[in-house]
Amino acid sequence: MSARTLFRKIWDAHVVEQAPDGPALLYIDLHLVHEVTSPQAFESLRVNGRPVRRPDLTVATMDHNVPTLDGPITDPLARAQLEALRQNCEEFGVLLFATGSGREGIVHVIGPELGLTQPGMTIVCGDSHTSTHGALGALAFGIGTSEVEHVLATQTLPQALPRTMRVDFVGELPFGLAAKDMVLAAIGQIGVAGGQGRVIEYTGDAIRALSMEGRLTVCNMSIEAGARAGLIAPDDVTFAYLEGRPCAPSGAAWEAALGAWHQLPSDEGAVYDDAATIDVSRLKPQVTWGTNPGMVAPVDGVVPDPSDFSDPDQREAVERALRYMDLAPGTPLVEVAIDKVFIGSCTNARIEDLRTAAQVVAGRRVADGVHAIVVPGSAHVKQQAEDEGLDAIFQAAGFEWRRAGCSMCLGMNPDILRPGERCASTSNRNFEGRQGAGGRTHLLSPAMAAAAALKGRFADVRELS
Amino acid sequence: MRALRTVTGRAVVLDRADVDTDQIIPKQFLKRIERTGYGEFLFFDWMRDPDFVLNREESHGAPVLIAGRNFGCGSSREHAAWALEDFGFRVVIAPSFGDIFRTNAVNSGLAPIALPAEDVARLREAVGRQNELTVDLERLVISHPNGLRIEFPFDAHSQETLVEGLDDIARTLKRGEAIDAFEASYVPRFDLARIS
Ligand code: SF4
Repeated sequence: MSARTLFRKIWDAHVVEQAPDGPALLYIDLHLVHEVTSPQAFESLRVNGRPVRRPDLTVATMDHNVPTLDGPITDPLARAQLEALRQNCEEFGVLLFATGSGREGIVHVIGPELGLTQPGMTIVCGDSHTSTHGALGALAFGIGTSEVEHVLATQTLPQALPRTMRVDFVGELPFGLAAKDMVLAAIGQIGVAGGQGRVIEYTGDAIRALSMEGRLTVCNMSIEAGARAGLIAPDDVTFAYLEGRPCAPSGAAWEAALGAWHQLPSDEGAVYDDAATIDVSRLKPQVTWGTNPGMVAPVDGVVPDPSDFSDPDQREAVERALRYMDLAPGTPLVEVAIDKVFIGSCTNARIEDLRTAAQVVAGRRVADGVHAIVVPGSAHVKQQAEDEGLDAIFQAAGFEWRRAGCSMCLGMNPDILRPGERCASTSNRNFEGRQGAGGRTHLLSPAMAAAAALKGRFADVRELS
Repeated sequence: MRALRTVTGRAVVLDRADVDTDQIIPKQFLKRIERTGYGEFLFFDWMRDPDFVLNREESHGAPVLIAGRNFGCGSSREHAAWALEDFGFRVVIAPSFGDIFRTNAVNSGLAPIALPAEDVARLREAVGRQNELTVDLERLVISHPNGLRIEFPFDAHSQETLVEGLDDIARTLKRGEAIDAFEASYVPRFDLARIS
């Protein structure tokens, strides 16, 4: 057999049927469900009298709408949507991690955390950041509500074969930088549509050197480059992360799984449709200045001038972005003052992210006038952080310590920016109004968000005295 | 889903690249559990600008949206396609689309047609003179009264879904035997009993 990519091996193993000149019918190993993109799917199953084909391969959680402060849900629509999920899961026999169960959390945090996400699997969820799970070598992609219904009813999805793209990170990441800086730089280089129609495989020494959690951050943002999915070949880091997790194989099954997982990495000589190389050896901490994740610059850089862009579409987009962000061309990023800091989201709210940020803020104070919150990615991460005393460090520095959820990443719950407020955020999208209508979002790493909180403006975390 | 064969009518030109689904339908409208009624929230924040193109009289009832590249990028929310469809659009023409949006559109009875940027520019120019287009999903051709004809590629599976107004799930359920055969030797990768 000819040399195959990691992607192709997973794809081939899941083709139920290949239509001539048409899509393949792909089997799905794990379907993750949350409250926002599922109610219409369950309703349609009910109307059509269709059951959930494989409840044993389906897991639901509450994340997008949940309040992160103690107390009841005051928003009646949010409450109704969460209640609908509870009822649907009960009626269709789907396992649900409801708020307060101790296992709830952002859907892309709990999958890996519980060991549900494993190398070689196909994983879908009605959420574009499903690409996160690719960090463990699983083919994971976001789907719409009609497709959620399709998977619930059939455990399969018709899929056209995507193109493949290799993004190779070369060089050694400088001290003090993080996976977030790598992926923001990559999106800045290949563009927000650079991965369109493609499954990206991230390779290179800088990827191998990342922890599992750093890899999850990189794959999480694949969709921000427009990609269907992002993948990293499993290795000893992956296996060490997985071993002992509640749903990971154990005993003889673990040994058998390891054997299969070792076969997954792309073969020598496997061909990709496209390729890009990112040199990280001289990378600086990244901060976005615009209204998409590709509008990014090193922290010691300046807000660009629209006239620097030759492409008219791009020039206009930059003009619009600077107007929305209320930034003047040429302004040094370190002079941009912020109002809020959000450390959270499926990109950067795992335990290592919180440890890194806590290390930066330990013994220091959030700048006057800055409102800073930390929202752990899951109930488990929250518990672990509290066991390590991170909550106390954050609170002593003036951060609020919240309950798990998506929170200010998209502001479906009460955690939002007011019009005109500027936020340093560890999330993944700086679209207009993403964190609240009129709010201005700057994406950065947890360490950089922590530094911004202390200074009240953007700052190179490596230069904090 | 209603069938979509041929559409004739006005086009609205939305001259922006990378329009994400957060703009098409902001999050505060995703809390509803219904599938209909999103049209009034379409481009909610941009609609507050009286000069926004969709606020113009002639935009109402137009079945065709001509958009910029990478239209519908970002979030997987199918509500974006529902909102466009509910507002009255049946076809979106753009140089490229976000992948998930493209699938969502087809599943919502909205045809996402990707054309080379030059062809999109020719269409924009033509509707600027006389605002009328006919989009034929069966023959895969767009035509304008001035004689302009642009053929477009469209994958056969999606074409069938739209033209026949198919229930995609019913089509897959017809492949039940193949799924059964696959599952005969299938071993789940985890046991949820360990965490329930
Ligand atoms: S944290 Fe943000 S990006 Fe991630 S699943 Fe929640 S809303 Fe989506």
